[in-house]
Amino acid sequence: MSSDTVLGTAERLRATLPKDFGDGVVSSIYQDADRITRHSVSTHGEQGRPALDQVLDRALTHRVWGFVVMGALFFGVFWFTITGAAVPSDLLYDLLVANGHAWVRDGFTAVGAPWWVTGLVVDGMYLGTAWVIAVMLPPMAIFFPLFTLLEDFGYLPRVAFNLDRLYARAGAHGKQALTMMMGFGCNAAGVTATRIIDSPRERLIAIITNNFSICNGRWPTLILMSTVFVGALAPPGVAGLVAAGTVVTVAVLGIVTTLVVSWFLSRTVLRGETSVYSLELPPYRPPQVMRTIYTSLIDRTLKVLVRAVVMAAPAGAVIWLLSNVTVGDSSLAAHAVSALDASGWLLGLNGIVLLAYVVAIPANEIIIPTILMLTLTLGPVVAPGASAGVMLDVPDATAGAVLIGAGGWTLLTAVNLMLFSMLHNPCSTTMLTIWRETRSVKWTATATFLPLGLACLVTASTAAVWRAFS
Amino acid sequence: MTVDLPIPSAVSPLAETPAASCGSCTLHNAANLKRLGLHVDGCDAVVALAGNPNTGKSTVFNALTGLRQHVGNWPGTTVSRAEGGFSLGGSAYKVVDLPGTYSLLSNSRDEDVARDFLLFGDPDVTVVVVDATRLERNLNLVLQVLQVTGRVVVALNLMDEARRHGIEVDVRHLSRELGVPVVPMAARRGEGVPELLGRIADMTSGETRVRPRRQQALAPVVARAVDELAGQLSAEFPGLANARWVALRLLEGDAGTERAVRDGSLGDLARQQTARIAS
Amino acid sequence: MKLDELRRTERAVVTGLDAQGAERRRLMDLGVMPGVEIVAEGTSPLGDPTAYLVRGSVIALRRCQARGIDVDDGAHR
Ligand SMILES: Nc1nc2c(ncn2[C@@H]2O[C@H](COP(=O)(O)OP(=O)(O)O)[C@@H](O)[C@H]2O)c(=O)[nH]1
Ligand SMILES: [Mg+2]
Repeated sequence: MSSDTVLGTAERLRATLPKDFGDGVVSSIYQDADRITRHSVSTHGEQGRPALDQVLDRALTHRVWGFVVMGALFFGVFWFTITGAAVPSDLLYDLLVANGHAWVRDGFTAVGAPWWVTGLVVDGMYLGTAWVIAVMLPPMAIFFPLFTLLEDFGYLPRVAFNLDRLYARAGAHGKQALTMMMGFGCNAAGVTATRIIDSPRERLIAIITNNFSICNGRWPTLILMSTVFVGALAPPGVAGLVAAGTVVTVAVLGIVTTLVVSWFLSRTVLRGETSVYSLELPPYRPPQVMRTIYTSLIDRTLKVLVRAVVMAAPAGAVIWLLSNVTVGDSSLAAHAVSALDASGWLLGLNGIVLLAYVVAIPANEIIIPTILMLTLTLGPVVAPGASAGVMLDVPDATAGAVLIGAGGWTLLTAVNLMLFSMLHNPCSTTMLTIWRETRSVKWTATATFLPLGLACLVTASTAAVWRAFS
Repeated sequence: MTVDLPIPSAVSPLAETPAASCGSCTLHNAANLKRLGLHVDGCDAVVALAGNPNTGKSTVFNALTGLRQHVGNWPGTTVSRAEGGFSLGGSAYKVVDLPGTYSLLSNSRDEDVARDFLLFGDPDVTVVVVDATRLERNLNLVLQVLQVTGRVVVALNLMDEARRHGIEVDVRHLSRELGVPVVPMAARRGEGVPELLGRIADMTSGETRVRPRRQQALAPVVARAVDELAGQLSAEFPGLANARWVALRLLEGDAGTERAVRDGSLGDLARQQTARIAS
Repeated sequence: MKLDELRRTERAVVTGLDAQGAERRRLMDLGVMPGVEIVAEGTSPLGDPTAYLVRGSVIALRRCQARGIDVDDGAHR
């Protein structure tokens, strides 16, 4: 075999060479590069790094200010998102859900569509989609451009630099901080980004824990819960600040979970050496504001929204069917919810939330709309006589009013929904990506059920403690 | 506990890499440019974009193809290769945006995709995007690429930053030293894109004569070993264009190269390169 | 002396690498090799890693890596 002779020769010749002969090759190329550079480049003005970069790094990685600025920046992003999204969200709600639904429904009735067509299309698909747009579009249209501006500026590697020691302690790769931050956009993207991690062991840790980075499908849930339930407890003047603080707290809890789970994995099933790496800190670059806003709206916001809509329409149809196909004395949805209610109570949630999570496995984006629609059709305090699967005539049927009024939600439900959302299993796209990257059923299952188990454990404990003290 | 992950799209040379037709010298006018986005079936030439991380490869890719590959100011934004296309002067080009690499000589797996594509994907033109403000480290990679292929265009990107920092690059001198065309650019503003297109077209049509700078300063024992092994490689795989580089990698015990010898991709590469010369 | 003893804004010349194998190669790819000048730029708020300026780029190295790099800061010459 020709390949064997070549490899055989290579092996024989290798034995004749000094062990580190490769070093000589590498450094001679570098010397050449050095020589060419000296002959072709002339520098005017002061040499070395730009003074502004040095000052910025001094502040952004400062012993005290580094973390203060980091907290303030992320807090600012969320505060801006929450306060900025409030008004447009209400407008979209009025337009698409409160009025639009009635208009579309009237239109269908006017052309004489059969009741089940109107139900499936208008009360199912249209309504699901309308909720998704009203709840998700405004915060996403603010959050992504802001986040992308930070990314463009060169801030993300500094976060990795600041947090590196924590990752080292957890037995994880330093670049996991970067993949974690990619996960803040989308977990599937975060999982793919783990390819920058060389060692398979550390890469698996990064893949499994990426789920704890709150992705764009889950930000709206957190934002809504914080605004409606936590922010509302504070005086109106500071409600936005409190809500933003809550979102940041949950996100930080996610980072803490990432570290704890990484630590656990690297000391149990994924034991091994921590590999060293070197992170390059790029120069700060003034972001191109308009271009960044434009591309992040198109590439991130719109992409996420389209995906959500694509998922929401069929999910809306499924919900409508579940609520309208009756077996025995009540609908399928009602059966499912009452079956799930006990476990829901145990987790400090309710049957509707659990059913919504089953329906919403394909995409986290549609959790809130699913919950809203199910609550509207089956909520415990629903007035008798309301027809199943049809929007109730709640006068102020904004999300908060629906959940508190029709759903009987409390602060505990909201807090546990946030915790569950932060911890629970990855969405179907992410699972598929994990499988594609690992080609292993075992690790895909681990990455799915470990978070799910953790979510149940944490919410059940919170609920138990909460109830013991109140 | 052993963990084994698949290597993401490692060695997969492109099925079709028809050699460029010489002679038909078009006036390279960027106005002729048609960005083809993702439609790259049946292209006439393959252009690879390589370079250190964070030098603007994806920005150049987007400028050429009209696509919006994610651009971010941190190393590691691109982890798998992205493909797009453009057409110019009647020829269709496929552009491949590769993840950043510091070196073709390392063994780290996160650089596998780029390294294997440059070595075994046999692109018609390799554009090395370099950061004009960090020339020394970037030239390290350029010089390594030049050992593998001579069909190289150097895109000297981030010229706007270089100007701001008072860094002046003698482009003609640089080009003479390297033996390949060098195009100064500020890709984010579209500066230099028409010139780059022209250079790519000239390179594919065979109009550009290159004298790639080759590294000769090997220690005598190493040089002898490389020569012997390269001789044997050329005998076993006639037509192999970069036998000395392959020999060096085999002497270093590089697993990817050994795999390529064993699974026949090196043989395929040699046949492809023979076909290119013949046409 | 070792690289990790270098304090902020101090500069030195690399004289040797202890690292072997893949890590050694990686450092060399980044341009960290005997003869090159290196400047300590600042340390992470948690005390590790430290950023170094080498060949115009800023690279963060953990202490365990920096400890394996010999440098000469000129004080002993
Ligand atoms: N000032 C300036 N910045 C650029 C230029 N080209 C790219 N960039 C920025 O450099 C960073 C890295 O760009 P990217 O295309 O993602 O690089 P890649 O990692 O090589 O693909 C981004 O922040 C770009 O906006 C340029 O010509 N001028
Ligand atoms: Mg890129």
